[in-house]
Amino acid sequence: MIYDALIGPFAEFEFMRRALAAVIALSLAGAPIGVFLMLRRMSLVGDAMAHAILPGAAIGFLLSGLNLFAMTAGGLIAGFAVAILAGVVARSTGLKEDASLATFYLASLALGVTIVSIKGTNIDLLHVLFGNILAMDDQTLLVVAFNATVTLLVLAVIYRPLVIESVDPLFLRTVSRAGGPAHLAFLALVVVNLVNGFQALGTLLAVGLMILPAGIARFWSRDLTVMICIAVVAAAVSGYAGLVLSFQTRVPSGPAIILVATAIYVASVLFGRVGGVVRQMFPGRHLEA
Amino acid sequence: MAQLAFRNVTLGYDRHPAVHHLNGEVASGALVAVIGPNGAGKSTLLRGIVGILRPLDGSIHLGGLDARDIAYLPQSADIDRSFPISVFDFVSTGLWRAAGLFGGIGRVAREKILRAIASVGLNGFENRPIGTLSGGQMQRVLFARVLLQDARLIVLDEPFNAIDSKTIADLLALVKHWHHEGRTVIAALHDMEMVRTHFSETLVLARGPVAWGPTAEVLTPENLMVAMRMCEAFDDSATACAADDISSRAA
Repeated sequence: MIYDALIGPFAEFEFMRRALAAVIALSLAGAPIGVFLMLRRMSLVGDAMAHAILPGAAIGFLLSGLNLFAMTAGGLIAGFAVAILAGVVARSTGLKEDASLATFYLASLALGVTIVSIKGTNIDLLHVLFGNILAMDDQTLLVVAFNATVTLLVLAVIYRPLVIESVDPLFLRTVSRAGGPAHLAFLALVVVNLVNGFQALGTLLAVGLMILPAGIARFWSRDLTVMICIAVVAAAVSGYAGLVLSFQTRVPSGPAIILVATAIYVASVLFGRVGGVVRQMFPGRHLEA
Repeated sequence: MAQLAFRNVTLGYDRHPAVHHLNGEVASGALVAVIGPNGAGKSTLLRGIVGILRPLDGSIHLGGLDARDIAYLPQSADIDRSFPISVFDFVSTGLWRAAGLFGGIGRVAREKILRAIASVGLNGFENRPIGTLSGGQMQRVLFARVLLQDARLIVLDEPFNAIDSKTIADLLALVKHWHHEGRTVIAALHDMEMVRTHFSETLVLARGPVAWGPTAEVLTPENLMVAMRMCEAFDDSATACAADDISSRAA
């Protein structure tokens, strides 16, 4: 019974195994990016970027229909363009990055929806907006795995300046010029992972598997490394449980994954060790030091 | 020998000057206090020295120093203390010059970091997240990082703000130790008594230089009154500064 519910779908169906592999790759790369987005107070920037990739994906769709490869390439190009333009405008004018991104992403979203509606149907639009991880083929899975690998390698390279820039940006500027390039590389990684998530969850929910696990981790640890590990595990568990839920109840896979992550988030808000509601209401006896 | 030379330096933001036409030199090994009311341009000047802010006009010469030979202690408000990083990891960033992007923290470096943390009286705080420290403890952490940087020029932006007298005494002893080692120290300060007692040279700043020289000569009621009367000026419709035209005509 438990085997049938929790393991059976993956043992029996190849598309479920592919979806599970994809969701684990997404978790390994996307969750650490989400932790940095949250700590740099850029959670909504991630959301804005998710909208920004839409016109690129839509142009890919316009040129070759629902071909995930073409849509990925288009999404990457559009995302990079918006990330770099917004980053450059913010750094050269003093305009806050979120304000800069807001203008670019709104234009991008409007353009994307217009392009899809020129050629496609409402079902196509739904696919682009909400994704379908269960329809992932081998080639797309390889792209997702490749992007995740690149993300982890680049993150390792920029990790040190990224941490220092987050906590003490003025200090970093006095000892190194790595802050600017690290920030731009980080924005590029956000785009890569949004496009990755876009395959599985669509443009609207792609950021969910990055930000929700990061939010969950914040309630369980004050240590960056531990937070990243918790976020990865939370994302992978949400992905697995979401797929099972989707398989058993016919709920669409993307929303199912995000709903499971949301449930874990709510539990963390209530019972988390660091600032959880219950912990604050019943803190126990005070300590000696 | 001059460690720092200002040549008609104007620093500011978006063409609006915060420090106007500063000329002068800081000798190698000097201990200089920069004083002035809020908005006088003290932090702006220090940011110009460490290269965070590029001059709108004029130039700052660092006497052959590489930018990385400068240690900068920013104001606490510029640091995101909610970021989950421990005291040890935060102080270790002072080794950037040696470790760079990929260098590891080996046994020797680890001992250096622990020594720096101990030197500022924070033994046992190594694993504490910086968000759990008091204002004075955080200031000690910043001093530990400066210690680790082992720089020839040390720039301190209001290092003794809102901390208790014991912490001030401890940290001031460190500043004097750096001075005795022959390092050049420049600090933006508000406490006149401290400046009078411990700093041999003073720059009174009020959006421009009011006076600069030996503290006993510079720290006069007249100069302080001039600085206090300084009016904050930020006028979007201001015309371009004519001082450069005047000086070029005089030349």
